[in-house]
Amino acid sequence: MSHATKPILEVDQVKKYFPIKSSFLKRTVSNVQAVENVSVDVMEGETLGVVGESGCGKSTFGRTILGLESLTDGSIKFRGEEIGGLSERQLKKYKKEMQMIFQDPYASLNPRQRIGDALEEAFIIHTNIGKKERRQRVRDLLVEVGLNEEHADRYPHEFSGGQRQRIGIARAVSLNPSLIVCDEAVSALDVSVQAQIIQLLKKLQQSHQLTYLFISHDLGVVKHISDRVLVMYLGATMELAPSDQLFANPLHPYTKALLSAIPRPVVGGKKERIRLKGELPNAANYPSGCPFHTRCPLATEQCRQVRPEWREVEEGHFVACHEV
Amino acid sequence: MADSSALAQKNINTNKQESKKEKMVVQTFKRLVKNKLALFGLVIIVIQVILAAFAPWFATYPPAEQDLVNSELGIGSEGHWLGTDNYGRDVWSRLVFGARVSLLVGIGSVALGLVGGIALGLLSGYFKKLDGVIMRFVDLLFAFPGILLAMLIIAMLGTSLINVVIAISIWSIPTCARIVRGSVLSVKKQEYILAMRSLGASNTRILMKHVLPNCTAPIIVFATMRMATAILSTAALSFLGLGAQPPTAEWGAMIAAGQDFMFTSPHLTIVPGIAIMLVVFAFNVVGDGLRDALDPNMELDQ
Repeated sequence: MSHATKPILEVDQVKKYFPIKSSFLKRTVSNVQAVENVSVDVMEGETLGVVGESGCGKSTFGRTILGLESLTDGSIKFRGEEIGGLSERQLKKYKKEMQMIFQDPYASLNPRQRIGDALEEAFIIHTNIGKKERRQRVRDLLVEVGLNEEHADRYPHEFSGGQRQRIGIARAVSLNPSLIVCDEAVSALDVSVQAQIIQLLKKLQQSHQLTYLFISHDLGVVKHISDRVLVMYLGATMELAPSDQLFANPLHPYTKALLSAIPRPVVGGKKERIRLKGELPNAANYPSGCPFHTRCPLATEQCRQVRPEWREVEEGHFVACHEV
Repeated sequence: MADSSALAQKNINTNKQESKKEKMVVQTFKRLVKNKLALFGLVIIVIQVILAAFAPWFATYPPAEQDLVNSELGIGSEGHWLGTDNYGRDVWSRLVFGARVSLLVGIGSVALGLVGGIALGLLSGYFKKLDGVIMRFVDLLFAFPGILLAMLIIAMLGTSLINVVIAISIWSIPTCARIVRGSVLSVKKQEYILAMRSLGASNTRILMKHVLPNCTAPIIVFATMRMATAILSTAALSFLGLGAQPPTAEWGAMIAAGQDFMFTSPHLTIVPGIAIMLVVFAFNVVGDGLRDALDPNMELDQ
């Protein structure tokens, strides 16, 4: 786990709003603030875990980085080149470098296309290699992700969930990208298959020098695979720290509450569970000040008024909270 | 040696591929023929196709050959088992050639309508910006009652079977466009479309290779049902004198010509009427059967 010092991806104050339009004149009446001012550097070769509860904007964040959602504001730099706000056509050359693994292995493969044809498409789109070589590359890929060469002639419905996710991974690594966004890549799988897929992801990270942005709501998995972890709440970043540090010494009250929710298989060793009151606020009606103040046990008047700054409290440990 | 074994392997692979594709078609077909009504319809359609394809072999006389000595013969007459009309033309022969006309017009108009409808449906379903414009245009076409729209188009273009094809195809476009648009809207939200976008695939590639193949089931059903409507409308337009011109043997035109002799020779109207009814009925029940057979949820039940 060598920390390269060079950032592969610099995300600076990224915002993604989904406008809510009035039904008649199509005027924007308000916005769903899905991603609110996220700044983070992703280092070459690391695995950055992104955690948060459902609806906190993790997936939207991942998609915005890949240009699948248009950027509302902010800047995204890939290896120093600005890619935020480029059109799909301009983004094409970066797509080779940045790929995505999807959550639902049942929905992410075209049911009417053979696996071999599906994997071949990446080469058709981005390279000029001939049919024979493409076929060979597809067979190699299938073997690399732990499937058989003969699987190329099958349709998606003939595979299990774990196998399909392997196909999704094969598609993502086919063009030799440097950054892969894993959007809940193992959440839909059962635990034993999860472990296999995580092993596969780790193996590929070694052999292809991959950087992962690993989006998940499963803290156990994130702890296992990530070098650093970013905690998001309501589209905003709460805390960022190296994985061991975050799990050993969480600073933000939200992170503490989140970590206390991990089930512990210890008899008698009961740890105080921090229970959050209330519901996740509506992102269309964004809270003033700190987005977490509506549920935070430590909230003060300052939290209600002023947005806390994103500051580095220890080396590599960032937090956005007035009370820390 | 190595080459030949590789070749053999390749052959096995391609055979496997073919058999797999065949399997899907065969499965759908098996489900279709389980439905008794659909099987009956299918038999009628097959008979019509055979009659149309080999019309000169089945017809006992040239369809326009007059024989005024033997005019208005009844059903079961010697040499003319379905009788003759007022010019002594053999009804059976005209029926057989009429099958050819109605099938050709049906296929032609449905094919043209599909091309236009699929193109408009794909564009309006996939590109949000085009959606409003295209759908308003479709609404405009919908505003006219079908047969009236067809008559309007024929009035502009002139009467001929080709123009009937064009008129009916234009009338098929809006329905088809709506059906395709609906499927596109649901397919484009699927994650595999997003996956293709993240791979950098062009819109054309996504539309043709990923969206369209996943919309085929409703299109096939629509095409079959629309065949029935097209054949019926051709007959209706010809009956009104806007389609096939004499002496072309066309079912609607046969009814129109026969109506003056309704009381002396009722078979002149009844026989082509039954032919139209059977064929329209057949396409409708096969369309219904196909809708059930192509429903992917049925697969889970088995």
